[in-house]
Amino acid sequence: MLLALVATALVALALLSEELFPRVEELWSRHRARRRLAPPTPYDPGRERRAEQRARTLLRSCVNEEEWAMYRDLGFIRVWGSQSDGPVQAGGTGGAAYAYLLYPHRAIVAYLAQTHRLLSEYCVAFPDETRPYGSARLPDSDDVLAKWMALTGDERRLISTANMHLPGRQLDPTRVKRDLWRLSQWERARMRDAARSAASSPLDAAG
Amino acid sequence: MKPGHGEVLITEGDIELAQDEERLLEEFRRQLDAGLWAAVPFHDDAGRRQAQMVRSFADVPRDADRVIFFPRAAGGR
Repeated sequence: MLLALVATALVALALLSEELFPRVEELWSRHRARRRLAPPTPYDPGRERRAEQRARTLLRSCVNEEEWAMYRDLGFIRVWGSQSDGPVQAGGTGGAAYAYLLYPHRAIVAYLAQTHRLLSEYCVAFPDETRPYGSARLPDSDDVLAKWMALTGDERRLISTANMHLPGRQLDPTRVKRDLWRLSQWERARMRDAARSAASSPLDAAG
Repeated sequence: MKPGHGEVLITEGDIELAQDEERLLEEFRRQLDAGLWAAVPFHDDAGRRQAQMVRSFADVPRDADRVIFFPRAAGGR
């Protein structure tokens, strides 16, 4: 009886093998493919922090000392506009001085230097097109440096590339106004410090 | 500049040496072909730092310390 059952099972297995083996093989190859897709190196939680450290060093080596101090203390950089009638598409400034605020991974904000009236927001990104599966973002300081280089190098080109919006689309105008106030306070404090150290220098030299 | 990595040294060399210049030129072209923008930081006459966008190897000043490649700008949201 047992022998008959075993023989029947073997026959059934042999008959089913034609159906089963390809499926098993497919499941096995899928499993192996999944293992191959796994990242070759384990996740490194310090990688982004180190990338940001490198980016800050690079930013500092490129921008002016004042701009670096501004970024370090306030979290953004101001870049003066160089077009005679204001940024492209902003409706003209009538020759008034204007500037941009560069925040990491946020829109560039154009404003009138004298009145602090916000002119427009320019949304721009630096996507890495060389990566087939989309990309991680640039480190914060690299994003600011990319904006700084593109603005000081070719303002018109960058602003034409960006998507222009009215102020308030991405950045809260109240926050931007507050940042402009912080910037003016910061500049006053720097000027006071500079005047103080200039005044004390002759005494130091004499003493 | 590389997303997720920050600054990466691609290549370096002395522009006055023909062999180095050829390597630098080749790498410059490769980066631009990959869709990157290139900029050279410099001091203007007043001593202020700025960047010069360069579109060809000939645009790179001979005394430039470095050329920085970064992803091309695109309109964001």
